[in-house]
Amino acid sequence: MDTAAAAAANVVALDGVTVIYGKNQALKNVTARFVKGAVGLLGPNGAGKSTMLKALLGFVKPDQGRMTVLDLNVAESPLAIRARIGYMPESDAHIPGMNAVTFVAYCGQLAGLPAVDAMQRAHEVLQYVGLGEARYRNVETYSTGMKQRIKLAQALVHDPDLLFLDEPTNGMDPKGRDEMLELVRDLGHNKGVSLILSSHLLPDVEYTCDHVVVMDKGQIATQGPINELKGPTGRVYELRIKGNLPGFIEALAKEGMDTHATDEDVMRVFVPDALGNHQAIFKAAAQFGVQVRHLRPSVPTLEDVFAKAVGED
Amino acid sequence: MPIHDQSYRHYGGGRGVPGRSWAVIAWAGIRSFMRKRAFMGLMLFALSPFVVRAVQFWIASQYPQASVLAPGPETFRQFLEQQDFFVFVITIWIGSGLIANDRRANALQIYLSKPLMRTEYIAGKLAILFVFLSLVTLAPALLLLLLKIAFDGNFAFLKNNLFLIPAIVVGSLLQVMLASFTMLALSSLSKSARFVGIMYVGITFFTTAMFGALYAITGTSRVSWISVGANITQVVDVVFRLKPRYATPWQVSLLVIIALIVVSISILERRVRGVEVVT
Repeated sequence: MDTAAAAAANVVALDGVTVIYGKNQALKNVTARFVKGAVGLLGPNGAGKSTMLKALLGFVKPDQGRMTVLDLNVAESPLAIRARIGYMPESDAHIPGMNAVTFVAYCGQLAGLPAVDAMQRAHEVLQYVGLGEARYRNVETYSTGMKQRIKLAQALVHDPDLLFLDEPTNGMDPKGRDEMLELVRDLGHNKGVSLILSSHLLPDVEYTCDHVVVMDKGQIATQGPINELKGPTGRVYELRIKGNLPGFIEALAKEGMDTHATDEDVMRVFVPDALGNHQAIFKAAAQFGVQVRHLRPSVPTLEDVFAKAVGED
Repeated sequence: MPIHDQSYRHYGGGRGVPGRSWAVIAWAGIRSFMRKRAFMGLMLFALSPFVVRAVQFWIASQYPQASVLAPGPETFRQFLEQQDFFVFVITIWIGSGLIANDRRANALQIYLSKPLMRTEYIAGKLAILFVFLSLVTLAPALLLLLLKIAFDGNFAFLKNNLFLIPAIVVGSLLQVMLASFTMLALSSLSKSARFVGIMYVGITFFTTAMFGALYAITGTSRVSWISVGANITQVVDVVFRLKPRYATPWQVSLLVIIALIVVSISILERRVRGVEVVT
């Protein structure tokens, strides 16, 4: 792909962006590319994900660097950009004293839609997000899950080309969460809306996105297509041992094998291609004198990519 | 097929040019207050001095023996001064929650993620106050002038007092602008409309009380510039070509009013942001 084609495929580009709040560097010389389609912005709390979205929206002025959204410079054309994007904030947000359909239509008008069109779109979008039956209720009476849905509706009402979704499943029950993820996936894959999903929840990103940008401590840890990041560089095994666990993990690390714990007592071991296959684990276990009680090949997940990128163990 | 597959369509209609969102904000705010019966009751009550004055003008024009009721230029000044109380109450009722409620509901990030500038947001909110305050000051005062002409059946009064039109406009706008900007600035400082209302009342009464106390101690009204209300009174007196009632030079009072508006704009510029940065 030549440079021009690559640029056209990007909906968002950041070049050397630094954002400083007082003494805290929220973004440190960040260079990243977000391609068309569904891209996950992944990272632990405090990694700088929300700051990046707010900088792209123009809420926060970077101390240095350049950002483009939909080929428009954020510093020069903030209004033109905001006319083409939808933003679903992380925290509860609504216009007080309005029912859902009035609120969403009002947002449509603020985005430049004529009043009649905005009202029609509001009804459609509320139906789409599953609030059709509750659209005449005051937003302040909504449950947490409904408030998440209406935030999505207000972001969608003007038919944006690009959506910024900041932790869209926050506070939702499992059923609501699944429905929200289904909506996000549908938007990104079937409705032709590019989206950036900021989340610290790996399964959410893995289910809805094809690409990922992983952030940690204000920097980009890794970025690319999820399948590529998960794929070719090594194998992953589930492992349980009897013996000195911390010491063995240290020994594996010395050999070049990353480990990270799962919810159970099973750990996941990443064996780089250079070390071969599971024999490397047996060899290390024999040398260190621990018993291997369970060893099973596993499919690499985004969790492995994330753990490897941010250096968790 | 899930229902949502059937209902999302891309929008193919037209879009307005940026720069008109303030009108959307203003109109939405105006409508929301017009739906409140108690507020509309207050607005009607605020027009009762207008009705009384209109009757006074009519009687004076119809019955020469009631010439004591005949209005002069100062009558219009008195009318605007009578409306001060309603300006105060309406400013608190409408203005205290204009930004505070948006801050409480995190609405600023919704507003500012749309294609509108912060100045448009502020202009929209200001317009709500401007409209309602003008409806109890500027509009009835000008209407009274029209009624006076209509009841007299000639333009003699207007010809003799041509300054009244700019005086009413400038006097009303000074009142409305000061109330609107200061209240909006206060509203941007808190997430509680009630607290904002209390702050506004506190500042108004405290500065007036301070002036009263200093007046009692010093025996001179040279310190009237301390009182927000006294400054408006002083300048509007001059605008209506009346003798200023305090010893403070009217230019000083005008400077204080301008300074208050500038400080309010500065506060609004700092507080109306899509993200609150805590360092």
